[in-house]
Amino acid sequence: MSVARHAAVVGSGPSGFYAVEALLNALPNVTVDMFERLPTPYGLVRSGVAPDHPRLKQVTLVFDKIMQSERVNYFGNVAIGQDISVNSLREAYDIVIFAYGAGDDRKMAIPGEDLVNSHSATEFVGWYNGHPDFRDRVFDLSQEVAVVVGHGNVAADVSRILLQPADELRRTDIAAHALEVLAESKVREVHLVGRRGPAQAKFTSRELRGLRLIPNCLAAVHGDAVVIGSACEKELAYPSNLNALQNVELFRGLCGPGSGPQSRRLIFHFYLNPGRLEGDGRVENFIFRKNTLDGEPFKQAAIATDELETIKCGLAFGSIGYRGQPVEGVPFDVRRGVVPNWKGRVESDGVPVEGLYVTGWLKRGPTGIIGTNRADSIETVQQILEDVSSPGLKSRQGRDALVASLSRQRVSVVDLQDWLQIDANERARGQEVSKPREKFTRVTEMLDIASSHRLRKAEKRGRVRVG
Amino acid sequence: MPQIMPHVVTENCRLCLFTDCVEHCPVQCFHADDERSYIDADACIDCGACIPVCPVQAIHEVFEPDEEREILALNAERSHALPVISKKLPPLLSAAARRVELGF
Repeated sequence: MSVARHAAVVGSGPSGFYAVEALLNALPNVTVDMFERLPTPYGLVRSGVAPDHPRLKQVTLVFDKIMQSERVNYFGNVAIGQDISVNSLREAYDIVIFAYGAGDDRKMAIPGEDLVNSHSATEFVGWYNGHPDFRDRVFDLSQEVAVVVGHGNVAADVSRILLQPADELRRTDIAAHALEVLAESKVREVHLVGRRGPAQAKFTSRELRGLRLIPNCLAAVHGDAVVIGSACEKELAYPSNLNALQNVELFRGLCGPGSGPQSRRLIFHFYLNPGRLEGDGRVENFIFRKNTLDGEPFKQAAIATDELETIKCGLAFGSIGYRGQPVEGVPFDVRRGVVPNWKGRVESDGVPVEGLYVTGWLKRGPTGIIGTNRADSIETVQQILEDVSSPGLKSRQGRDALVASLSRQRVSVVDLQDWLQIDANERARGQEVSKPREKFTRVTEMLDIASSHRLRKAEKRGRVRVG
Repeated sequence: MPQIMPHVVTENCRLCLFTDCVEHCPVQCFHADDERSYIDADACIDCGACIPVCPVQAIHEVFEPDEEREILALNAERSHALPVISKKLPPLLSAAARRVELGF
């Protein structure tokens, strides 16, 4: 009979859920407590995946099944590092898995990046998806021309949401405050700029294809030609690089005369390095340096030349990646923005830290898509399995005391039933406006729903008499 | 709104069954017999995670359903008749040779 194990998973996005799934499959008598800073679960599936990609969000059905296991407890609205220290967590749980992702944006680090109307993709995506942290950000969509820096799927999402006719968004789960602003948007032209060439663009070809299908919008390549060098040709010849080949073919398909008048335009630029943003108090010009590529296939670096190129614009978005954030008590690699680890075992200066593990973007960096996290979490739990069978992993008994301390601290924990109530409310509000859900965008609103539901239940049981 | 574009497993999978796809699938929509796997398009959420991880590129997205009716039907019928695979399995003994034969 193996020892009962208690595990804590910090973060309830895909990597967190897949870690829970793998733990439940691997250890018959493990119980798992999932801690989530927001009241709502699902991480970037709720606040990152674009509203016009509803099918992708159906993965939450899988997450729901995991959350409903008797061996899993959800603790929403609990911030590790604030409400509970990492050290307290380590004292209470045999296994602690950090799965809280990469919530910071990677800065372009150029002069003028702090001008008004210069933003990160992170804020814009959080804003239109109703993430409480970004509820009150302001985006000046009276500007006609926007530049988005980055050739990945997030940059594609930003461009698409800027150019999508409002009617296409009206019946999605986009946040109401964002839909209002987007419905009045004057943005007509988006320049989607990459540092390297068409063969190195990181879009999945499916997303790139989607950019061509925006109603009433013409997609084009600046200069109307796809320019690639011999090292790029060699890269494209590798069967494993099929996505890049498909991308290049799609870019080629954008060259030549467009079909008829369109009210909006999306223009791809390549080989441009962000230099600086200029303007009188707000963004007016984006100055780039032209790049050349140098190096062997798959190792080509972008080298800036002296040649400059300017794009006049009123809005700029940096979409060049995310970074993890450090939390006290956990080793952190500042350069890479991840928790140092070997296959998910947290390490400090190359030495494993007992009982600490990491998965998802915080482990490998902000790469891959939803499903990538499943294999990643399976790998992390493999290491846990090895450690659990060796005598090294101590058995800790402090879990119940820790949970009790939360109510003493007056932390308003949102449990599974509370979340289901919030969820039901969002879906009911959505029905009234033909949307799958109308999201709550403030933590206070979510907590109010949870507490009034608890109050009604307590009244019914006769525990509280009112009036 | 973008169309639903189903993902299918092709004959490249036959005699391989690497099942790297299974480990990357967020919704466990792969079903298999002794020789190859099939995607249940009703469960598939079109996330595309499986496509790059297959060593023999056996999976692709169908953009013109009218042109690929047979493979769509095959995946639909067989996935509904076979059990789901939820864990990555060791590839078939014939997998290494098949991979070379397919040019990967």
